[in-house]
This record gives sequence, structure tokens and C-alpha cells, in this order.
Amino acid sequence: MTVSIDLSALRDTHWHQHVLRFVLGGAVTLAAGLLAKHFGAVFGGLFLAFPAIFPASATLIAKRERQKKQRKGLQGAVRARRAAALDAAGTTLGAVGLMCFAGIVWQELPAHATALVLSMAALSWLVISTLFWRLRKRHSWRRPWKPPPPPISSGK
Amino acid sequence: MQLLFRFLIGGTVVLLFALLGDVVRPKSFAGIFGAAPSVALATLALTVHADGRAYAATEARSMIVGAGALLIYTWISSRTMWNLRASVAAVTLTGLILWLVLAVGGWLILLQGAA
Repeated sequence: MTVSIDLSALRDTHWHQHVLRFVLGGAVTLAAGLLAKHFGAVFGGLFLAFPAIFPASATLIAKRERQKKQRKGLQGAVRARRAAALDAAGTTLGAVGLMCFAGIVWQELPAHATALVLSMAALSWLVISTLFWRLRKRHSWRRPWKPPPPPISSGK
Repeated sequence: MQLLFRFLIGGTVVLLFALLGDVVRPKSFAGIFGAAPSVALATLALTVHADGRAYAATEARSMIVGAGALLIYTWISSRTMWNLRASVAAVTLTGLILWLVLAVGGWLILLQGAA
């Protein structure tokens, strides 16, 4: 499966959802700084991995999928939930990359230029997350196909 | 003024990564942008400027624990949404409490007392 860009998805998003993400992102960054100031860097650092994007994105994906199905006259609740579950599975793989990002910054920042370390760590996050995503795809392709269960007979 | 600057930078970086996640396909790949280092990139650059590299590196070490908590939170959310008839908003929002418990628990077990 190839990775692609679909700009039409931007048209489906209402401007207030962008505002919500901006405010949430700003608030979390502000809170992370304030927590580090009051409780120290060790506690404040936890909040650098706060899920600022995932809850809003998963909810938005579910809403879009439900609306798509409803336009076709279907309820779409199951499809919406499963689309959000797929998004969450991807975020789990991204979290592996995020741990590597943090590890690289922790080890390399004291000795190297900030811009270089942050760029390399961000690139590592993307490469490692993509690698895990590809491994997961390959693994799921190798899973033996199970036929669907037979339909339940109507009795007698 | 510095707080406003932090808010604006954080909001912008988080929004950019969220938009990237919106336009990338397939959905399972787009999901990785939900764990993008958006807050970290915004915060660490400002922290280095204000408090120095050693302080920012200490924050990054704690971030490993926060990212571990994120991994568990999203894995449980994914399984719950796939298998149960639970509302997406309810799962993801109540999961934030789980993230907090895991992150603070990890801090108490692994990091408390660390310099």
C-alpha cells in the first residue's frame, strides 16, 4: 500500500475545528512550560508527549465517516468507530517513534547544536514510525485469511 | 509576552502536524501524526533558549515516559473502539485520564528523585 496526499480532506474540515486544534496545541505547550517551571524539568517533561492531536483527530475521522455513510442512507456507527480505531493503531506506531525522538534529544542535545538535534530527532520519528507501519502492514498480509462464519440458519 | 509567544508557537506547530495527518492516506499511516512531536518541538526550542540545553535534555528524558504512556493509551483506545460499541469521543477523552495516570505513575516509579 502506498502513501499518498489527499488535499480534498481539508475541504471537509470546518474552520472551527482548526481553531480548536490551534487553541488546544497552544494551551498544552503553555501548560508544559508552566508545569516545568513550577515542578521542575523532570515532571514537566512528561507533558511534551501529551496527546494534543490524537483525541480531536480520532473524533473528527469518526464524524466524517459517519456523515459519509449517512449520505448513503446508512447509519455508519460501526464504520466510524473502526476508522477511528485504525487512526489510533497508527498513533500507537507513532508513539514508538516519539520515544526514539525523546531518546535522541536526551542523549544528543547537551553536546550538539539545537537545530541539528531537533531536526535529526524529528526525522528519526518519521522514519521509525514509517518503518513500524510498514512492518505491521507486512505482518498483517501474512496472517492467514479466515473465511467469514456461516450464516445462522432460520431454525427447523 | 513570552507566554503568548509560547502559546502561538505551540498552537501553530500542533495545527500543522494535525493538518498533515488530515491529508495523508491511508488512515492507518495518517494515524502516526497523532503522535507527532509537535508540543515537544515547540517547547524544547523555547526551553533551550530560556534555560539551556541540559535542562531541555532532562525534559526529553521524562518525555520517553510520557511517550510510553501515549503508546499504551492509544493501543487500548484502538482495541476498545474496534471491539466494543463505545463512543469515540468517550474512549479518547476518558483515555486522557489513563494517559495522565500512566505518565505520573511512570514518573513516580522511574524518575522521581532523578536529577
